[in-house]
Amino acid sequence: MADGSIGLWTVPLAVLGGAIRVSTPFLFVSLGECITERSGRINLGLEGTLVMGAMSAYGISYLTGSPWLGVFAAGITGALLGALHAGICSLPRVNDVAVGIALMLFGTGLAFYLGKPLIEPTAPRLPAIDFGWWSDIPQLRAALRVNVLFLIGIALAPILYWAFRTTRWGLLIRTAGESSDAARAMGHSVLLIRLRATMVGGFLAGIGGSFLSLFYPGSWNEGLSSGQGITAVALVIFARWDPLLCLWASLAFGGAAALGPALQSVGVTSGYHLFNAAPYILTLAIMIITCSPKRTLTGAPAELSITR
Amino acid sequence: MTSEAADSAEAVGAVAPAADPGFLQRHGGTIEYVLIPGAALAGALLVFGIFVMLFGKNPLDLYFYMYYGAFGTWFSWQNTLTRAAPLILTALCTALPAQLGMVVIGGEGALLIGALSATSAALLLQGMPPLVVQIAMVIAGVIGGGLWIMLAGALRQYRGVNETISSLLLVYIALAILNHLVEGMMRDPASLNKPSTREIGAANMIGSIPGTDVHWGLVFGLIAAIAAYILIYHTVFGFAARVAGGNIRAAKIVGLGVSKLILTICFLAGGAAGLAGMVEVAAVQGRTNANLAAGYGFTGILVAFLARQNPLAIIPVAILLGGISASGGLLQRRLGLPDASVLVLQGIIFVFVLASDALYGRIRFLKGKP
Repeated sequence: MADGSIGLWTVPLAVLGGAIRVSTPFLFVSLGECITERSGRINLGLEGTLVMGAMSAYGISYLTGSPWLGVFAAGITGALLGALHAGICSLPRVNDVAVGIALMLFGTGLAFYLGKPLIEPTAPRLPAIDFGWWSDIPQLRAALRVNVLFLIGIALAPILYWAFRTTRWGLLIRTAGESSDAARAMGHSVLLIRLRATMVGGFLAGIGGSFLSLFYPGSWNEGLSSGQGITAVALVIFARWDPLLCLWASLAFGGAAALGPALQSVGVTSGYHLFNAAPYILTLAIMIITCSPKRTLTGAPAELSITR
Repeated sequence: MTSEAADSAEAVGAVAPAADPGFLQRHGGTIEYVLIPGAALAGALLVFGIFVMLFGKNPLDLYFYMYYGAFGTWFSWQNTLTRAAPLILTALCTALPAQLGMVVIGGEGALLIGALSATSAALLLQGMPPLVVQIAMVIAGVIGGGLWIMLAGALRQYRGVNETISSLLLVYIALAILNHLVEGMMRDPASLNKPSTREIGAANMIGSIPGTDVHWGLVFGLIAAIAAYILIYHTVFGFAARVAGGNIRAAKIVGLGVSKLILTICFLAGGAAGLAGMVEVAAVQGRTNANLAAGYGFTGILVAFLARQNPLAIIPVAILLGGISASGGLLQRRLGLPDASVLVLQGIIFVFVLASDALYGRIRFLKGKP
């Protein structure tokens, strides 16, 4: 085996690298959506939030020279969009699924509008930590160049899992999601709980977007996200609203999404577009396997309109 | 959502004083359905005006150019109507399942599959008389798009998979299939920069309505919308669909075949969007390529919601939104606004229209409804 040429091993390595790199936006969006859905509301607009987050992170990073400020700005943008979603949904008779679709279109449109001047310039990107220093194989080293956001995401999943079970606000969110009457009887405002949950969800989704523009692929353009946001929303459903399962599902998705580019790099180009669609096909397949028309899904918050 | 709004409007009507006969009592509801979306539209335009003002543009210029680019001249009217044609058809893709209480947002995918099927039919039948080819294209487009959305409906009915998410995932899968075929099996070797299929041939194009530059797709759209209206409001099938949409348990108790309803409605919905794809191929592009993913499917969702899922109301709303997108080019040239400004405006309109749902049955002077 010649130096640097590892043949077909490139594919699993790239899939591993993809699982680490590509999964981060999935992870953040799905954890954010998990919080929102546990409070009894679904925000389909996270696709728009993701794109807005990517755009604002890139813009702020370019203007201030600090990518971390960009990440923060993306989170704030996401939280604002979340507040908009929650605000409209708190009006009587307004359907949260439809508002999500509206914000998906609004968010992407606004990001394209404001992001027009950002396509040319290059913004400072987020640094990576080199976990592959011990290896001589460049592909492995590339796969193990890990971004801090990924580590934060990995840490966040068990923290959320723990918080949902044991903390006061975790219990409040779950109460609002299982029975808004019970939450109201305890003297809490369901709308306020859902507003906060949607804002936190938007914050995380915005950060997921900042990863897209500031680390991988690491630039701003209008084709940056193609359905990662909506895939992540679907991912929450088959992760059964469990933050730990969201983590595993995101990793699986990242790997699936990396399959197309990985196969292309070893010369398999014929099914490139089909392999790129792997995450969507995988989502659909898993939803078909795990859903059932006869019962509601285990773990589904009872107030959630989408599980009916 | 629509049925909920109607229910509460009736409840409000019941407690309103009966001693207010006449015009408002008979037409209050109808006026409401025009007035509230109209106000939402005006509010959205106002906010969009403020938005462009922040970028140093004069909002009055904006409104003028929007009007001028959409409806100001015969040329802009033709541009508007040309864009309205696919919007009517893709809006039906959301509006028809909405009668059953389903939220389908995958019109874009059905459009792409319809376009691919129609193109394949035309390429297979090269040399046949144009009318035969055109009819085959319509059939292929409708069946292709119809089966695509029927898949989402079947997954909902038999596997409990949420149709909103599955139909959107199917958009991305449809786009991948299109790109795969257009860059592979179906690629015209002569299309270098923009991978495309071979052309369907000038003779097979459906052409324009005499005396205009507006293609026949507009007529397809009008016929489809009127047919959908008759189907939903004046047939037993449509009545059954609305019963099932209002209360699925009641529908099952009275013995309606809910599966059949869902599959048929989803097929028709997807068929409409597939027809839009056929029209875009046979009247505009002449071939299939990635240009077809121009967002008509997504704007169609907005049209359906703004029309409150009523197939007849879809026609004027589609013309209005066709006008907004037609004026995009003028806004870009005269005001230097990015092409995405049309998307921003559409998003703002959508948000306003949904928020205005809260107003139904709450406007005091319209409470005369029986």
